[in-house]
Amino acid sequence: MATQARAAAIVGIHEYPSRDVEGAVTPLHIKTESALRALEDAGLTIADVDGIYDAGDGGMMSGLAISEYFGIKPNVIDTTMVGGSSYEYHAAHAARDIAAGKCRVALLTYGSTAHSNAFAIGVGGRGGPAAAPWDNMDGFTGMTLVSNYAMVAHRHMYEYGTTSEQLAEISVATRYHAMRNPEAVAGMTALEFMDIRETTIEDVVNSRIIADPLHLLECCMISDGGGAVVIASAEVARDCKKAPVWLLGSGEATGYPENGGDITTSAAAQSGPSAFGEAGVTPSEIDIAMIYDSFSITVLALLEDLGFCKKGEGGAWVEGGRLRFDRPNDGPALNTDGGGLSSNHPGMRGIFLLIEAARQLRGESTSQVDGAKLAVAHGNGGMLGSRHCAGTVILGKD
Amino acid sequence: MADEKKIPRRPLPNVKEPDTAPFWAGTREGELRYQRCDDCETIVFYPRHHCTNCLGRNLSWHVSKGEGTVYTYSVIRQAYHPFFRSKVPFAVAWIDLDEGPRVLSNLTGIEDPSNGVSIGQRVTVDWEEHEELSIPLFRPL
Repeated sequence: MATQARAAAIVGIHEYPSRDVEGAVTPLHIKTESALRALEDAGLTIADVDGIYDAGDGGMMSGLAISEYFGIKPNVIDTTMVGGSSYEYHAAHAARDIAAGKCRVALLTYGSTAHSNAFAIGVGGRGGPAAAPWDNMDGFTGMTLVSNYAMVAHRHMYEYGTTSEQLAEISVATRYHAMRNPEAVAGMTALEFMDIRETTIEDVVNSRIIADPLHLLECCMISDGGGAVVIASAEVARDCKKAPVWLLGSGEATGYPENGGDITTSAAAQSGPSAFGEAGVTPSEIDIAMIYDSFSITVLALLEDLGFCKKGEGGAWVEGGRLRFDRPNDGPALNTDGGGLSSNHPGMRGIFLLIEAARQLRGESTSQVDGAKLAVAHGNGGMLGSRHCAGTVILGKD
Repeated sequence: MADEKKIPRRPLPNVKEPDTAPFWAGTREGELRYQRCDDCETIVFYPRHHCTNCLGRNLSWHVSKGEGTVYTYSVIRQAYHPFFRSKVPFAVAWIDLDEGPRVLSNLTGIEDPSNGVSIGQRVTVDWEEHEELSIPLFRPL
């Protein structure tokens, strides 16, 4: 641990609380409000920001657009757009840019009104034929977003004997955490979830099938939302209001269909070892696993690929409520804010993985793991069953 | 004719898209085409202008027999596009053609998709004809 680079840290966070803005605010408003709150959280102001990181929700040429909208002139502009994993990439790039002396205070923001716009994500979502050659070969099939992931689940079941009951453990654990998070409960209420309570494996496998073998309660919600993260140099972090949450290592990778390839292994198998290697830690040391839960199978495959268990053993590994925050001796707690399955999913959830990891390492979570020291945030952007990007970030406290 | 407009249609590919145009031209002849690199023998699919192993441009087109194996699948119960909404439940599958390409398609000729599809199932191409092209669907062998 002594050799770890501790050049950059998360010093400010904010999660926009509303999951249903009822058309009253725009994504830009959510980004701005979140930026202000995250900077307040850090004890900094917008004038301190000299690096801007944006995934394009600010519009075309978003690095320019959001700088002008905020009224700043940053020295570093990074508009990496890799879907839901964008914010893990932004955090990794900010750490790199800060370590290189290119900027001192990096601002990441996200805003979306996916729910208000009736934008299809979780149980909806469809591709259509477009001009790109890959889309031109897929669009005629009517493959929905859910079915894309469901095909990973089916193959996982076929190869390893994984069951729907095992996959349901992931939905049950995240709902268990969501019920302890007032903002998640308020969100599910605003989105008119039926029967808002802790769930059982039976509840999950008895919910209707959206795309075989995935059930409704294995699919993320479609909400509004957003947030912001402020990342600063060690020098700046020393004078911030909250304890620094250090960025210890990161990894990036792509995954796409390959003739004869293994659909059950994702790009996380490449990004994970990079991140853990750079941080000098192993999965067994991780207290908090913030893993992109677009669907239950996403988490199962990613836990395996990140090395928490061997490929194919994820089903048995998650059994018995192992992923709950109050089972610290059994490995990491999963998505302690309630995740995309039960807290929020406005389309690109990666920023919330960083925010909740930071809360845990500060001791501020509503499902706090006592003495949590190390967290992993893993974003999956795109579609797990076809083309996707992986971003892994390892975080630690002093 | 007025009524016909209301019938939802399958969304079709753009036959002019440069990389995949030869594939879709082949479908009009009832040919399921794929590419192989003459230099390194890599099978390339989806179609491209270059080899995905060596970036070489010496690709040749070959015709698959159209037979393969279901690698994985899902039965879609909920869809939003009007055409696919009219088709639920229907199966989408990754199919490994015997020659090597892995293709995404729909399975047809199955009375009950909820029970009639399985991984490892042998399938063969089943053309759905349209004006400018045919869509390669697959049915059980």
